[in-house]
Amino acid sequence: MTLMTRRALMAGAAAVAFPMPSFALSAPAAQELVTRLVADVNTVISSGKSEAGMVADFANILNRHADVPTIARYCLGADARAASASQMAAYTPAFANYIATKYGRRFREFIGGEITVQGALPVKSWIEVETTVLLRGRSPLRMDWHVSDRSGKHVFFNFIIEGVNMLLTERAEVGAMLDRQRGDLDMLTAEMRAV
Amino acid sequence: MMKISAAVLVVTALLGACSPAPQGVSVHDPYEVQNRRVHAFNKSVSDTFSGAGAGAGGGSGDAVPTELTDRVVNFGDNVSLPGMVLNGLLQGDLDGAVTNSVRFAINTTVGLLGLFDPADAMGVTEQETDFGETLAVWGVPEGAYLELPLFGPSTERALAGRIVDMLIDPLDSVGTKEQIEYGTVGKLAARVIKVTQAGDTIDSVLNDSADSYTQLRLIYLQNRRFELGTTPPEDAVDPYDDIFGDQ
Repeated sequence: MTLMTRRALMAGAAAVAFPMPSFALSAPAAQELVTRLVADVNTVISSGKSEAGMVADFANILNRHADVPTIARYCLGADARAASASQMAAYTPAFANYIATKYGRRFREFIGGEITVQGALPVKSWIEVETTVLLRGRSPLRMDWHVSDRSGKHVFFNFIIEGVNMLLTERAEVGAMLDRQRGDLDMLTAEMRAV
Repeated sequence: MMKISAAVLVVTALLGACSPAPQGVSVHDPYEVQNRRVHAFNKSVSDTFSGAGAGAGGGSGDAVPTELTDRVVNFGDNVSLPGMVLNGLLQGDLDGAVTNSVRFAINTTVGLLGLFDPADAMGVTEQETDFGETLAVWGVPEGAYLELPLFGPSTERALAGRIVDMLIDPLDSVGTKEQIEYGTVGKLAARVIKVTQAGDTIDSVLNDSADSYTQLRLIYLQNRRFELGTTPPEDAVDPYDDIFGDQ
């Protein structure tokens, strides 16, 4: 056994014995996350790619910088509790595809514009990072990102554009989609995968 | 004088109907059945305009050169400023009223009757407001949600405000002859152009939602409350509460 693996093993054992506290949530770390995220988004909206190309890029951004399982679960609401683990495992990536497609299309309207980070401050149990979306020939939009480290690292779990809260709006929409599928989660998953 | 008494009548009639929303419920929609009927009508109108627009679908704003639409939007926005100044004063928002007055003075003169917007480049930007906001500042409750034919989402309070803004417009005393004459048409045209420009977003809400009525209602109410600074604190949701059960 090499020194490296033994060390790794011991670290693993220690982690099991004494669960490490998650890294402290901090406004600078949250702001740094959003700065990276916004740089990625700005790159995409100035890339001149096709809609499909942009949607794929947004899916990557979402997977890297968002707490997708938490967002997916929240939007499903109380039905998430009745779902099996394998149903959730299928639903979560399908939901990510739905969100990336829907908001990827919306973000395309930001082409020619730019998002800038204004600042960060703690709100309740998370950090709110304020950004401004500057659009050609229109008044700037305010966009807030809610960042938490509850998943183990700093990632966003919500964004609010001019007061319109993604989690609240999507929870209503996903609920309506599920109703349309007569409450069948597997059908909803199939629908979201296909958007 | 006639107009003022009419305005008072509108406010008292509509506000008498402004039932305060029950606690903890962020959507108050007792007229949902009627509203949904209007929504279906509005949707069919929107389909006719965007869908049948001979292939203009989605980007119908491109059909008219922006050089022209920008002038119309600027003119329409500019003639709305005196009303915003009055509302700023009624709300005790002196800063907003002064900014909008300066903006109106610059754009009406240097901006050639408001066709151009030099004030924007000077950082004198519009402080948007209306009588609906004045009523909100005065403590009048939002009232029930309404979807109006053609005008779209509103509330009892916002509708009362809109009617009063139409009845009492200080432009009549401070505007130029051209502004008074073409003001109403200009405002309406500017509104139509802005809605067309937002067309893609609105179309996707109307056509891609599983329940477009509910989505539109939710988006409108959240955005309107954000603009009025009346977003309820419980709208800031914590999804981790749900998951870890540690309320």
